[in-house]
Amino acid sequence: MTPPGTWSFCIRLVRRQLVLAVRRPIEIGNPLLFFAMVVALFPLGLGPAPDQLAGFAPGILWIIALLSNLLTSDTVFRSDFEDGSLEQLLLSPQPLFLSVLAYIIAHWLVTGLLLALVSPLFALMLNLPVAALVTLALSLLLGTAVLSLVGCIGAGLTVGLKRGGMLISLLILPLYMPVLIFGSAAVQAAVTGVPAGPYLAILGAMLCLAIALAPLAIAAALRISVDA
Amino acid sequence: MSATRAGGPLIAARSLSLERGGRELFRDLSFEVLGGHLLQIQGANGAGKTSLIRILSGLSRYGYGGEVVRRVPLLYLGHQPGVKALLTPRENLAWHVAGEGAFAQEQIDSALARVGLYGYEDVPSHALSAGQHRRVNLARLYLSTCPLWLLDEPFTAIDRAGIEELEALLVEHVERGGAVVMTSHQSLQVTYEVRFLNLLEGLVL
Repeated sequence: MTPPGTWSFCIRLVRRQLVLAVRRPIEIGNPLLFFAMVVALFPLGLGPAPDQLAGFAPGILWIIALLSNLLTSDTVFRSDFEDGSLEQLLLSPQPLFLSVLAYIIAHWLVTGLLLALVSPLFALMLNLPVAALVTLALSLLLGTAVLSLVGCIGAGLTVGLKRGGMLISLLILPLYMPVLIFGSAAVQAAVTGVPAGPYLAILGAMLCLAIALAPLAIAAALRISVDA
Repeated sequence: MSATRAGGPLIAARSLSLERGGRELFRDLSFEVLGGHLLQIQGANGAGKTSLIRILSGLSRYGYGGEVVRRVPLLYLGHQPGVKALLTPRENLAWHVAGEGAFAQEQIDSALARVGLYGYEDVPSHALSAGQHRRVNLARLYLSTCPLWLLDEPFTAIDRAGIEELEALLVEHVERGGAVVMTSHQSLQVTYEVRFLNLLEGLVL
């Protein structure tokens, strides 16, 4: 028996999390269903005026993406906390920074990535101009990754609480705001024909910052939660 | 296992003290665990056995006095089995988050056979009983190369035959130069010399 290298251990973790997610498909389907339902609500609430909807669409799509991410980030560490796997992860000789990153990558693959891929479909339901669809998908790809990273900080802090749902929203929604601002601005820019590149670049910069810092915060949060 | 060969303590506790809810559970608790030691922590419910094991393992980092010196990799088995219901026993061991080793398929299968789960390797774990979940977790002891084992109530939900096999495994481990620190309310039925740490009296007898 040889100790696994750090990378092969992380790949193993991602694979484990993905298998767990695929065996509970409702967890993958829920955010997408939520997205579809809320998108369907807006024409009912705002009135079915195509032009008006198209104007609001960038903001609407981004807010729903943010909320559906909020719904799922609570669950990332919960089952591992409840069955004791989290204790084992903390005691593992592998670097916790990368293990945590592996969890987040797996979470993003089944939430953010899927959402970004199907978002053009929902965007068409809101009459978003076709020219902005690629920008929407790109901004969601970058943005949801930041959301997952930041959301997991809240998840780590509240994992020991029975009902952490409300608290997690209060903790991390303020941190979601910059992502929302630049994400929806990117789509808005694409709609009006202005280059969206700078906004996407800022989202990319946020992602780099989040990758570098969020796992540190999550690791510390998990240690505190398991210690308490 | 260099520390084992050198004969130094695998883990040493220096004047540990712990208070919970205004009650002092233990104070000035110092001991060393050497290779070949089989240490059983005794004490009534609420005496602080689990707290002590968690402090030794490093899961509890704050809220206690004193220090713990760990010299070797350790394996900690807590109250919860850490077994994922959606994974099969084989997957649970192969992809275990403890990341201790990359085990070959045969190693995992033989470990599962040793804990009496032969034929259950590919059954989803949610179809297994609580005792079988514990057994999946105990299979890690057969795979582990950690010299120091910290076991919190390893006999819970295990049947009589399983306990006998587990006792034999513990003795085998300490005879190889490893060490075991465990809590249990049952006395071990082994021929090996068992050391006791009684939390009420605070003495290693």
